Amino acid sequence: MTVRRATLGGHTHEFGSLTDLLAKATPARSGDVLAGVAAESQAQRVAAQHVLADVPLATFLTEQVVGYDEDDVTRLILDTHDPAAFAPVASLTVGEFRDWLLARAAERDEAAISALARGLTPEMVAAVSKLMRNADLVAVARRTRVVTGLRGTLGLPGRLASRLQPNHPTDDAVGVTASILDGLLHGSGDAVIGINPATDNPAQTIALLELVDAVISRYEIPTQSCVLAHVTTTLRALEAGAPVDLVFQSVAGTQAGNRGFGVTLDLLTEARAGALELGRGTVGSNVTYFETGQGSALSADAHHGVDGPVDQQTLECRAYGVARHFDPLLVNTVVGFIGPEYLYDGKQVIRAGLEDHFCGKLLGLPMGVDVCYTNHTDVDGDDTDVLTLLLGAAGCAFVIAVPGSDDVMLHYQSLSFTDVLTARSVLDLRPAPEFEAWLARMDLLDNAGRVRELTPDAPAARALLAAAR
Amino acid sequence: MTTPNGHVGQHGQNTADRPSAHYGHVGEHGRNADPWAVLRDATRARVALGRAGDGLPTSRELEFRAAHAAARDAVHTALDADRVRTALAVAGVGLEVLEVHSRAPDRTTYLQRPDLGRQLAQGTRLPGGPHDLALVVADGLSPRAVHEHAAGTVAAVLDRLPGWSVAPLVLAHQARVALGDPVGEALDAGIVVVAVGERPGLSSADSLGLYLTHGPRPGRADSERNCISNVRPPHGLGYAQAADTLVALLQASRQLGASGVVLKDEGAALPPGAG
Repeated sequence: MTVRRATLGGHTHEFGSLTDLLAKATPARSGDVLAGVAAESQAQRVAAQHVLADVPLATFLTEQVVGYDEDDVTRLILDTHDPAAFAPVASLTVGEFRDWLLARAAERDEAAISALARGLTPEMVAAVSKLMRNADLVAVARRTRVVTGLRGTLGLPGRLASRLQPNHPTDDAVGVTASILDGLLHGSGDAVIGINPATDNPAQTIALLELVDAVISRYEIPTQSCVLAHVTTTLRALEAGAPVDLVFQSVAGTQAGNRGFGVTLDLLTEARAGALELGRGTVGSNVTYFETGQGSALSADAHHGVDGPVDQQTLECRAYGVARHFDPLLVNTVVGFIGPEYLYDGKQVIRAGLEDHFCGKLLGLPMGVDVCYTNHTDVDGDDTDVLTLLLGAAGCAFVIAVPGSDDVMLHYQSLSFTDVLTARSVLDLRPAPEFEAWLARMDLLDNAGRVRELTPDAPAARALLAAAR
Repeated sequence: MTTPNGHVGQHGQNTADRPSAHYGHVGEHGRNADPWAVLRDATRARVALGRAGDGLPTSRELEFRAAHAAARDAVHTALDADRVRTALAVAGVGLEVLEVHSRAPDRTTYLQRPDLGRQLAQGTRLPGGPHDLALVVADGLSPRAVHEHAAGTVAAVLDRLPGWSVAPLVLAHQARVALGDPVGEALDAGIVVVAVGERPGLSSADSLGLYLTHGPRPGRADSERNCISNVRPPHGLGYAQAADTLVALLQASRQLGASGVVLKDEGAALPPGAG
């Protein structure tokens, strides 16, 4: 354990471990206060950032935040580290790495930034993010390229896709279908048509998989479906021969956190192999989908590191270390879902959303964000507008959209289909190319390429509404 | 769009409880019927809202804001103890009413420190027991739910428990479900039931939840509780219905000497993170 010190304004601040240093350097958020690891003053926070800036990146390969022997996530991260990819930045400190990234971003050198991914550990990326302002996070993420595909291609420059989330409180087939059609008519669903089932059991999961598969087949939509059941449920669906495009799982940044989710790395490996075997892709073969969120480890009391509790943002990055091992099509943070005890208000949610997006992308993930909030958090539509537009500028792969912002099953607010239209329009972004071509075939785009405002008697609307009959 | 009691959701109310079987008939009304009605009638989700350019039409935007405002106000309303006492008296509840505070001094702290909302303020004194049952009415995340539904629920429960010794009713400020553990322990109650304001949804700002814990003491896990959610007549569970279910759980819990997953078949399991 190395004690590190900085003197700022005549006062000397001491940090007893790398874990402590990372926590104290983290921009303010309620979850770190709850965990008892947050900086006790603004000065202490900035002092920690000063110290962190001088830590060599290579230190993170030898000094652990969560122990190698007791945690399989740490082992996965260190055992799969690629020294060749790390070489261009191997001699830099965290502060120099920030400067290096900003310089490459300004030069629009996407190749240099994107090639680092397998050479970076989650802790390195978390560390550099703590020194960055919001605009830094946007500028670098914008020049980081991660492209994935299954039946559509995601992550291309100038594109913003969306997950159409047609949840229903009782998984009612007709209700789910209505929400799917509403989303399609708004040009949503190119990332995935992804349902959170109200009941997590194999029969229900298979029924929903078949429902979405039928819609996708009937209209030949170049997208993929997902029922966000537990991975063990999806395994049962695979065994039963259900049309599984994507294996979904929530993951956390510690072995204990994943145990809380009821998953192991072996289970994920097995499920991915099962989905790959089906060969349902047309333009790619990324068959997994992961969700994460700052605070999930803390909420499961699974946030402990070698020298004390780990801050929630560093643990979030470690969850990305898990996700990237499985070559995902999609990963998103559910940034405002967990509640005010982890991210208190709009400022904290916006900051966390930009951090998560930047960190995931730098680690090589096809990063999306569920821009969302609950009613006991101090967040509203103005805040989600700010985050959405910043994410669009940052080259976010996809966002999540539900009818009228109101998820009637999970009881929280995400983006609406019209929010996606607005972000695309303001930032001049387009849907995924295969999906865009489908929208054109369905006569859902006008001459300028924007999603048409349909009257009910328009041929395209009639064609899709016919599915409801 | 808003009714005098602040309840919003023309949209939600129109479709909320409509059976999906109705849906098939709508599409058969002929070509002149509004085809969007097919979508609207099929789900309580906010589908087919229309557009103003790439945004929502003003009426839909304001409708959403009103629902969100009602939910936000429900969270931040202060618990009005006098109002609850009066409502209890009107409902015929004769129990003595005691008031306690958690260690969270205000709403801002309460929202960020759930751990403080589970502990009694220092110096809290409660009379000992023993009692078969303690009832705690807790503001939780919706004091509005407590204002509107606590008295009716408590009265319906007590009506169904002749012969049970019931401790003085405890009205708890800035309280989480698990505050019932130290309260129940101090009152020496065999079982504690916490009636708590649930996290408001866009169309349900006044839901009351009932949490039953056998052998209350600090450290009880969420898996040792049973939950009845969404007490909220006329849209959700009615008082009598909720009380019937709760009393069945109480009797089974007393007989079994436990609560939680062991009683799972008779009541809904506790949702994760609800404590």
